[in-house]
Amino acid sequence: MEARLSHATIHSDFVKKVEELSGQDLLACYQCGKCSAGCPIVEEAEILPSQVLRLVQLGQRDDALHSKTIWLCASCYTCVSRCPRGVDLSKIMEALRQIVLRKNLDHVKVSELSRKEMAKLPPIALISNFRKFTG
Amino acid sequence: MKIHYYPGCTLKVTATQFESSAIASAQALGVEMLELQRWNCCGTVYSLANDDLIRQLAPIRNLIRVRNENGNAVTTLCSMCLNTLKSANLLINENPEKKRTINAFMDEEEDYDGGVEVVHLLEILRDRVGFEEVRGKVTQPLSGLRASPYYGCLLLRPEEIGIDRAESPTILEDLLKSMSAEPIDSPYKAECCGSYQTVDKADLVIEKTRDIVSWAARNKAQCIVVSCPLCFFNLDERQKDLAERESGTALLPVFYFTQLLALALGLGAEVCGFQKHVIDPRPLLSSKGFI
Amino acid sequence: MKLTPYNNASTAAITKRALVIGGGIAGMQASLDIADAGYEVVLVEREPSIGGHMIQLSETFPTLDCSQCIMTPKMVEVSQHPNIRLMTYCEVEDVTGDVGQFDVRIRKKAAYVDREKCTGCGLCVEKCPTKVPSEFDLSLGKRKVIYVPFPQAVPPKPVIDAENCRFLTSGKCGVCKKVCEVEAVDFEQTDTMIEERVGAIVVATGYDLYAKEKVAEYGYGRYPDVISGLEFERLNSASGPTTGEIRRPSDGKVPREVVFIQCVGSRDREKGVPYCSRICCMYAAKHAMLYKHKVPDGQAYVFYMDIRADGKGYEEFVQRGVEEDGTLYLRGRVSRVFQHGDKIVVWGVDTLAGKKTEIAADMVVLATAVVPAAGSRKLAKALDIVTDEYGFYTEAHLKAHSVESGKPGILLAGCGQSPKDIPDTVAQAGCAASKVTALFSASEVGGSLLDLPMRFTASKSLRE
Repeated sequence: MEARLSHATIHSDFVKKVEELSGQDLLACYQCGKCSAGCPIVEEAEILPSQVLRLVQLGQRDDALHSKTIWLCASCYTCVSRCPRGVDLSKIMEALRQIVLRKNLDHVKVSELSRKEMAKLPPIALISNFRKFTG
Repeated sequence: MKIHYYPGCTLKVTATQFESSAIASAQALGVEMLELQRWNCCGTVYSLANDDLIRQLAPIRNLIRVRNENGNAVTTLCSMCLNTLKSANLLINENPEKKRTINAFMDEEEDYDGGVEVVHLLEILRDRVGFEEVRGKVTQPLSGLRASPYYGCLLLRPEEIGIDRAESPTILEDLLKSMSAEPIDSPYKAECCGSYQTVDKADLVIEKTRDIVSWAARNKAQCIVVSCPLCFFNLDERQKDLAERESGTALLPVFYFTQLLALALGLGAEVCGFQKHVIDPRPLLSSKGFI
Repeated sequence: MKLTPYNNASTAAITKRALVIGGGIAGMQASLDIADAGYEVVLVEREPSIGGHMIQLSETFPTLDCSQCIMTPKMVEVSQHPNIRLMTYCEVEDVTGDVGQFDVRIRKKAAYVDREKCTGCGLCVEKCPTKVPSEFDLSLGKRKVIYVPFPQAVPPKPVIDAENCRFLTSGKCGVCKKVCEVEAVDFEQTDTMIEERVGAIVVATGYDLYAKEKVAEYGYGRYPDVISGLEFERLNSASGPTTGEIRRPSDGKVPREVVFIQCVGSRDREKGVPYCSRICCMYAAKHAMLYKHKVPDGQAYVFYMDIRADGKGYEEFVQRGVEEDGTLYLRGRVSRVFQHGDKIVVWGVDTLAGKKTEIAADMVVLATAVVPAAGSRKLAKALDIVTDEYGFYTEAHLKAHSVESGKPGILLAGCGQSPKDIPDTVAQAGCAASKVTALFSASEVGGSLLDLPMRFTASKSLRE
């Protein structure tokens, strides 16, 4: 429960990478939490979507990348449509997922999914899931 | 009128009833949907990473196919297809540099100019056919059918892509009214169903389904009406999963809006593929005398 | 915008008479201060009564003294002051000339009542058969079509609302005319134009609230029990539609769980306005406290982003609400509000606990943003003064000339310049009045006053 802060942490390559991949100004977020208040997956999350963004603002790379929240996000754009600061959090979540996935670390192991379930699922479910959760 | 039609993969696999009922209904309303001779998967989810242009190729290629067939517009039924095609179009139109990069990469294809209009069938019904016209063609009014429209996310958000007001859409309600059905408003109608989390986090989707369906049931809706095949799956299949866990859960049939439209236009159950539903809607429909 | 200094002459004569536009607390205070200094004032108010928004408030922070107790004597003083000519139900249409000699055209709107003859007996109001929603009570209560907006109105003389009057729309009725003993009702009355020459102008046109109908995620104003802060003031006011009992609009029940949401439209550069409205933190604290005083077994929640309590006694007031009245502050914005049976469900967040919150409330009060009063831009154009992008009047220099407009002789007071609370408004109005009296105490205009436009330009460039 400690974050060590320095100029180097809050301006780290990780922070720059998130900004670059998402195209978002991370400092535009003033942490009102409205994204979290309307987020449909928040019941399952350990930390709020706004806290994920806060961790990125603080340059806390490992905490942000290890949060379950980034994998719970369903890209529903509710946060985007209501953000008073025009921050596209869905893009920040995507950037964080991409940073993990591009290290060849799949979130979903396709080989471990039940064949029976997979047979029932519509193609869009499978394709979108694999696009979001595999490298 | 004629319009090019992009089906997308799911309409050919698990949602064939959506396609057959849509094409027949459109036809009855004077809209001929011409399936593109060649198309590929749209990618289903729009890539939100800035440097990920390669994933925009799939939707762009489909838009080039429309151009190849001398089309200016294309319609689609699936919310996810609508989102990827429309989003890629917007990206191209707002970023000349990305447009150049994408066009340069696809050297075997014609350059895409960004000019194809992507419209959802609901928009065609509202803006080109008109709900009054629909009302006039109804031969089997769906009187007494209490239906809860469910929009999900991608018909409405992001707002620059959506086909109606994000916080208080009415397009499905207006269509239902034109068929004399009774729309049941729900605060969950634009809340996410959990989407693709259904693959590896089904429990999450079951909880979302519970919110959506239980509201509808409490408010005496008899069915739920959707436009997206993934919403359909989640509300139909995951509702059954929910019912298996908790006895006593009311089972509400789920419809594509085109299935109800086909019935209302007197096209019969044959184009509706009701046998494909997990929760069989036929007892409800026959109790109302619609089939 | 034309910013050339007043004519090429170096001096000009001064008409020692001021025009004050707007009869809320700012305009009343400025008028009284100028009048007390011995100068004549023409006070123009577009509503049938002076009092502005302050007379709509129940109690005021941080002292909880009654707004009407402060206002009523002041309103009477304004109406009886020998140096104040009160023109209610009038609007400034056009202004020409410059400092020292402005020529002002004022539209006296048809009241269909000769308000000179009228004795204010109230018989016409009593007998009028048609009721419509009351503007003063923000449609929570009703008024007659011939009406005095509220019991303590000044002047206590009615006007007829032409749009809803049965006689004026269909030629039927005319009861008010029949019962008026002094024959003051005059259906033939038309708008008339009045010209006045003044030496200085104080613009005190005040504010409106950002319409809750614009806030999509809180239901576009379609849930009756989701009300604005000003509506809460009326519910809590002894002179209001519930005679001061906290009863929710839909069914008149006493709400047991009330959620107050701050920053509705404020600090929202995407869908609302980017600025802070300055008064909401304090009035939400006050509302929660007053609610608890009236409903001791109820619970008040306040969703906030930051508590801005920087006035005298303000911070102590907020803490008193927390400690003595049990107001629960939740740090976060609300994402959605919707009706669920007879409850209003509020989806919010407490960022301090890191939890999404759900409250099944009985009533929700939105602290909607302060925006310039309707018509401010049009008036600015007539006055040849500048507004900012939201329509607030721009001061000549934010620090050095904060009550002067860019145009010499035109002063600013109150929320028309920027959102502010009552103490700041009264102070600014007094300051504007002192600038007017300083001008009037000179025998002629000249010198540094004429440099203002240049200073204005300097302050603009500083900000950019």
